[in-house]
Amino acid sequence: MIYEVFRQERKGQAFQHAGSIEAPDERFADWYAREQYGRRGESTALWVVPRSAVREIDDFVDELNRNYHRVDGYPLKEKLKEARERAGTAPPRDR
Amino acid sequence: MSERAQLLLEIADDELILGWRDSEWTGIAPFLEEDVAFSSIAQNEIGHARALYELAARDLGTTADELAFDRTPDDYRCARLVELRLPSWEHTIARHHLYEEADAIRLERLRASDDSEVAGLAAKIDREEVYHRLHAQMWFDRLAREPRFTAALDELRPLAAAILDREERDGHSPELEELWEEMTMVRRSQPAGTSW
Repeated sequence: MIYEVFRQERKGQAFQHAGSIEAPDERFADWYAREQYGRRGESTALWVVPRSAVREIDDFVDELNRNYHRVDGYPLKEKLKEARERAGTAPPRDR
Repeated sequence: MSERAQLLLEIADDELILGWRDSEWTGIAPFLEEDVAFSSIAQNEIGHARALYELAARDLGTTADELAFDRTPDDYRCARLVELRLPSWEHTIARHHLYEEADAIRLERLRASDDSEVAGLAAKIDREEVYHRLHAQMWFDRLAREPRFTAALDELRPLAAAILDREERDGHSPELEELWEEMTMVRRSQPAGTSW
């Protein structure tokens, strides 16, 4: 059985996909997940999900080319710059 | 040697030698996830050995490294069970199960000790051993009805008594000497300029 493992780096953060493991059952999956994604203190929590429970969707229809659904026509950088100039504020310094 | 130092050395030697034996599966365990898991268990056992040696070394006026590597094989106090080179997985898991079972009882006793240093260290070690026991139990449950596994258990079970009973620790198997040669090779060779 393949299990997908998601890990949370800090409390409150979103879980992100960490990788997948092969294990004969849930107990082994939990143990192996803890070992591979939690042993170095890199995670505060893990989600261990059988791959069969994950439903994948990979068909996205856009027959009529409705590109107004997309955000790539709206570069924010320019607008932000103009707005800042109008307001007379400097961009925040690089952190 | 004090009773305390003697006890610490017995346990430390068990953990060091078992750690070495378990580490022999690194790279060749039955599958990748188990390889990582079992190697990590091996590493933990050696970590426990180090902590125990450090405590013993203080009592004996020496260092953990000297205790781990500078004694002759005859001076080691480990049980025969941990010394054996077991190139079959069912034997390895059988030993793992038998050892963890006995080690749990031993740690329970140490945690109840009046000696706060020993009790504290045992509690610390036990927090990692919880996961080793889970691991041993998973494998046990999975293999419990496999004849090869039950035969291995029957074969090794008589050796498990020595983990808890000093009287049963009667000398070593010839395999310890071979392991010792390997384990101390680098240290004995003292490459030029090394100081440990």
